[in-house]
Amino acid sequence: MTPPMVKAEAVHKRFGRLEVLKGVSLEVAAGEVMCLLGPSGSGKSTLLRCINHLEKINSGRLSVDGELVGYRQVGEKLHELREGEVARKRSQIGMVFQHFNLFPHMTALDNVTCAPMRVKNESRDGAEARARELLDQVGLGDKVDAYPSQLSGGQQQRVAIARALAMEPKLMLFDEPTSALDPELVGDVLAAMQQLARDGMTMIVVTHEMGFAREVADTVVFMDAGVVVESGKPADVLSDPRHERTRAFLSKVL
Amino acid sequence: MSSGEAIPEQAGRPEDITAVPVRRPGRWVLAAIVLVVAVAIVRSVVTNPNFQWGVVGEYLFDGRILHGLRVTIELTVIAMGIGILLGVLLAIMRLSPNWLVSSASSFYIWFFRGTPVLVQLLFWYNIAALYPKIGLGIPFGPAFIHADANTLITPFAAAILGLGLNEGAYMAEIVRAGIISVDPGQADAAQSLGMTRLQTMRRIVLPQAMRVIIPPTGNETISMLKTSSLASVIVVTELLYASQLIYSVNFKTIPLLIAASFWYIVCTSVLYVGQYYLERYYGRGARDRGATPLQRIRAGLLSVRHQPSQ
Ligand SMILES: Nc1ncnc2c1ncn2[C@@H]1O[C@H](COP(=O)(O)OP(=O)(O)OP(=O)(O)O)[C@@H](O)[C@H]1O
Ligand SMILES: [Mg+2]
Repeated sequence: MTPPMVKAEAVHKRFGRLEVLKGVSLEVAAGEVMCLLGPSGSGKSTLLRCINHLEKINSGRLSVDGELVGYRQVGEKLHELREGEVARKRSQIGMVFQHFNLFPHMTALDNVTCAPMRVKNESRDGAEARARELLDQVGLGDKVDAYPSQLSGGQQQRVAIARALAMEPKLMLFDEPTSALDPELVGDVLAAMQQLARDGMTMIVVTHEMGFAREVADTVVFMDAGVVVESGKPADVLSDPRHERTRAFLSKVL
Repeated sequence: MSSGEAIPEQAGRPEDITAVPVRRPGRWVLAAIVLVVAVAIVRSVVTNPNFQWGVVGEYLFDGRILHGLRVTIELTVIAMGIGILLGVLLAIMRLSPNWLVSSASSFYIWFFRGTPVLVQLLFWYNIAALYPKIGLGIPFGPAFIHADANTLITPFAAAILGLGLNEGAYMAEIVRAGIISVDPGQADAAQSLGMTRLQTMRRIVLPQAMRVIIPPTGNETISMLKTSSLASVIVVTELLYASQLIYSVNFKTIPLLIAASFWYIVCTSVLYVGQYYLERYYGRGARDRGATPLQRIRAGLLSVRHQPSQ
């Protein structure tokens, strides 16, 4: 049996005295799309950042594709990974942020080619050919030379998706990719993500887009106050939640 | 014409306002005083024979003065180069998660900003008294290369060290301010793509920090040009000391100081213009930068030429 792409077991994360994740357990199979819902401050972003090792967890186990995040286990002991190893693992996980975080001093094309050239040492020609292809896929074939400040929010977010895909990740993390966008721009971004899901990408998506969750997700997870309250098929969780907290949350966002 | 007809006619575009401006006699008095004082100063500068303008002109292009000017420029360029490189290094160290590394940087900055640069220059000049021999080798172990401190640390080298190391402390704070002005989301994005901390710094953060770093660095360079005159106390024949050497012989003190000042002002003016264009370059794409003064003058001339004769 292939290991799950992401496996979290009783993951705890503290910022100083504030405990943000209080024992989160979940599994994402390869090729699966998981949507993560929950009120503000429930720890959704923190969980994504832990999976990418942008934050260190304090206890529990977190693994991606069968390998521990940030550590190597030798016997009973955990050894911290060196920076280069952490970076190499991160390069296999794509991340898309709420505020795009495109590099403002680079054109769309350079944003996409930057990591393949610097991290994977790809040739400029190869990286550019692939970047043009990816930008074409997200409908921005004519914007390769534009700087981020010359693009709309929706276009920027699609460049960000192309940038993450250029590293050929095996897992994509989306942190509220559409919540900074004007309503009429949301559709294009969701369409790009839906296409990605159809192509078999494993995805964890933090979102408040219930339509997307219902249509694209294989699993919906509802988090509150640092724990997973309930999870299951979108039809079950979204239409017939078992927990009062889920019901209260859904009645507010729907 | 009755007013009843005039109003509907002019409703589209009301007449320009022509109001009597408030009288501000105070301003006129002040302007008059400024003018009188300015004329008095210029008159005294031109007519006072002690300025000896003829002598100033004689020495402006004197070989020794020009050589001093060259040394001043060399000192400024090399010391600023060291200062900038050191500043970047110290700023990155200061932001390091490693406690020892960041405190080493803090200590350096605290020490070099806490002592006058003149004192530092004198220390380097007299380094032979502290360490007569300077060697390169294993710490606490044998040294491979030995050199006499007096031959290794020439006055020029002492000036470079003193000015450059001191500048590094100031540049470190400037670079650090630039680095922390960059949205942390930029580093998150770069690291999530698999870039290491150093790659992130070099490719993503520093280029964006430049917009904040450049203006104060320009000020530092202008300031360094003038501060380099302190090297005169450790017998480096830079611009000031070169003129001092001349007037110590012929006693034409004032004209020679004026000649030196003239070259300082020329250099700072050149730097000022350079800084302006460098800032424009790093501000590209950020916001509307407007026209340069040259472009404005040119546009002004054109518009005058194209103005329809009235
Ligand atoms: N670097 C940090 N230092 C201290 N506290 C933090 C840090 N990052 C997050 N927190 C805190 O952790 C809690 C969870 O934050 P998180 O961003 O994970 O929530 P979220 O579920 O993503 O919320 P939202 O929907 O508003 O994005 C919040 O109370 C937040 O203030
Ligand atoms: Mg969040």
